[in-house]
Amino acid sequence: MSLHRLTLRMLRMVRSVHSGSGLQLQAVAMETEPHPAKNLSVFRTTEADPARHSEQHAAQYYTLSPTHLRTVFPHGLPPRFQMQVKTFNEGCVMVRPPALEIISHLKKADYSKPALHYLLYGATGCGKTMSLCHVLHYCSTQGWLVLHIPDAHLWVKNCKELLPSSSRPSRFDQPVQASQWLQNFKVTNDHFLSKIKTTRRYVWTKRERTEEGRPLAELVEQGVNRVKSSSDVVGALLRELRLQAGQGDFRLAVAVDGVNAAWGKTSLKKEDKSAVLLEELTLIHNMRKMLNNDWCGGAIITALSQTGSLYTSRLSYLPQELLGQEGFDKMDPFVPVPVSNYTEKEFESCYLYYMDRNWLQHPNSRTEEGKKELIFLSSLNPSILERLCASL
Amino acid sequence: MAASRAAVVGSLFWKCGSCSTGTFLICTNVNTQLLSRQICATPAMRRKNLAAAGPQKFTEEFIKKQVEEFNIGKRHLANMMDEDPQTFTQEDIDVSIRPRRKHHPGDQVFPRQTAVQWGEDGRPFHYLFYTGKQSYYSLMHDMFSKILAVEKYQDRLRSKNLFSLDTKQISLAGSRWLLKEELEESLVENISDHDFARFIQLIERLVALPYGAAEEEFVLGYRRQLEVQSSKQEIQPLQYDQKGVAYSTADGRRKMSTASVTLKDSGSGKFTINGMDQLHYFPVLQDREQLLFPLHFARMLGRFDVDSSVTGGGRSAQAGALRLAISRALLSFLPEGQVEDMRQAGLLTPDPRVKERKKPGQEGARKKFTWKKR
Repeated sequence: MSLHRLTLRMLRMVRSVHSGSGLQLQAVAMETEPHPAKNLSVFRTTEADPARHSEQHAAQYYTLSPTHLRTVFPHGLPPRFQMQVKTFNEGCVMVRPPALEIISHLKKADYSKPALHYLLYGATGCGKTMSLCHVLHYCSTQGWLVLHIPDAHLWVKNCKELLPSSSRPSRFDQPVQASQWLQNFKVTNDHFLSKIKTTRRYVWTKRERTEEGRPLAELVEQGVNRVKSSSDVVGALLRELRLQAGQGDFRLAVAVDGVNAAWGKTSLKKEDKSAVLLEELTLIHNMRKMLNNDWCGGAIITALSQTGSLYTSRLSYLPQELLGQEGFDKMDPFVPVPVSNYTEKEFESCYLYYMDRNWLQHPNSRTEEGKKELIFLSSLNPSILERLCASL
Repeated sequence: MAASRAAVVGSLFWKCGSCSTGTFLICTNVNTQLLSRQICATPAMRRKNLAAAGPQKFTEEFIKKQVEEFNIGKRHLANMMDEDPQTFTQEDIDVSIRPRRKHHPGDQVFPRQTAVQWGEDGRPFHYLFYTGKQSYYSLMHDMFSKILAVEKYQDRLRSKNLFSLDTKQISLAGSRWLLKEELEESLVENISDHDFARFIQLIERLVALPYGAAEEEFVLGYRRQLEVQSSKQEIQPLQYDQKGVAYSTADGRRKMSTASVTLKDSGSGKFTINGMDQLHYFPVLQDREQLLFPLHFARMLGRFDVDSSVTGGGRSAQAGALRLAISRALLSFLPEGQVEDMRQAGLLTPDPRVKERKKPGQEGARKKFTWKKR
């Protein structure tokens, strides 16, 4: 790209030499510079700190640094976005009003009071998960402890190994899911785990136990190594964090995507083919306790999701429909944050980003008619637009 | 009373027929049983194999008597219907007689058939009778004699040095040559493909001659007008609502679904189906592309607000029905030339394919049961 510009400049210089005016040379050289920078600023912003994002950055893309991508989002980003990051060799997130709203609330909230619920809701593919990730990036850069459950739906379906719990008779453990989650948690919050200490003694088996006052890192190690007791470890971890967040050393951000899974239905079955109730799953039970706002010193940021949910209609997206009566009552009071389709400006920004990445290869996509086609077919829905522009 | 009288007259008509007299072709009168079958006959059956029917079976006086009886009956019917007998047309006859029996005197019911080709002494009338295709060969000979006449005229002009190549040529635009079937019908003879090709060759040779314009009338008798298809399309005029915004409505059908669409001008590109956004109603890309096609083709994508409703059929049928409805509604907004473009793009043609019926003795419409050798 720069080579091309160089050759253009050389050509112009050669032409101006022939025309024989030295002043012209200078003027032309000045001319070529500002244009690329001007184009860049329309859809990109150089501001990489989410704390400094505001309305002036709305509809612009900011770049996530590779270290942050690895540490903050080991499991949090949507799969298609992860593919896009790999393809484009950079992770760029659009700054949109829902995320900005939550960040502004987080800046102004009183953390000595019980944790506030924030609920992102909207139609499928509007950008709830991406907004959640943006907010989590902010929390992480501000030094909060991020507890991110990427998709609660994965805990209520397709579980091959459902062990009866060792600690409580009527519960079921999900060792694989729990240990995987613990590993990702460790990646995100490594620096915290050595500082926070346990407040109580935990006995896992006859030979294994964790004493009081041990760093949390040991607890997490226990869960990762001994897969059988990992669900109980998760429960213990959540309990510790709940108790200690109020003491003011650190702020806790609990982020749950697909929170309607906690109050929906499972598709898991016991050995006698009877359905498993949600209360009987250890992970879900502990998650529900976490979502109660009876602790201080943090925030609970959640997003609804119809896509992975069980036994819900495809077109439902409102909190009342997806959470159900029980879930709505438990989440109440919450700050509802609606997420909607792209506006004209946001669409323009997305389009320019794809053009910049040379992602839209068809010659028609460069025309106005092509843009109108994209607008019509995607109906300005972000995920549909991404799928339209994607490779076959 | 009138109905019963009409029934009586109807039965009269059943027994008689009328025909138009051609040069040597006289319509035959067929007996009552065949008559009743022929009245319900399809056009295809009627057109079949005129030549094979053979020469006439009844004499000319008999036919003339039938014609007179038909005319008398027609006057009776006019009196019964209290209408003027002089201006009693065929359509009035059809309306008066019970509609189930459509009876037309003339060529439409009794196809032209060859009259007897030889006299009492057994000698044929026509000099080319023994060729087997007397009308065809006589036509070819006529055409060739015309060609010779034109060439003779050319020679005369050349001798007087008045010959010039830039003369008025016969205009063949907007018309097509007669089809083989049509030629067969007019000659009342069977013609092979090779014969037909030779006929077209000869007549084109006549047309190509410099002073051939003299034979224009003869040549144009063997041409059929081609209608401009798009002129058949009825375009509704634009309607305006209270705020002065133009809108148009149209319907469309495909397989078992019907769609109704309202296009409103100066819109934002919103598209609603049964109250839902088109993205939610048609999650599949293919269906949305069908909706996109007419608007994209007319280059009016962001211009309209579309409000539509669709019922019946499956998702693909509903998409097709909506597409047709949108195209028809768009016609009111289009300039002249674009209507023909739309028609040629296939946007205005209703898709006639419907589910084929299942036949007894078969698994489905085409699938047969397993064939067992024994």
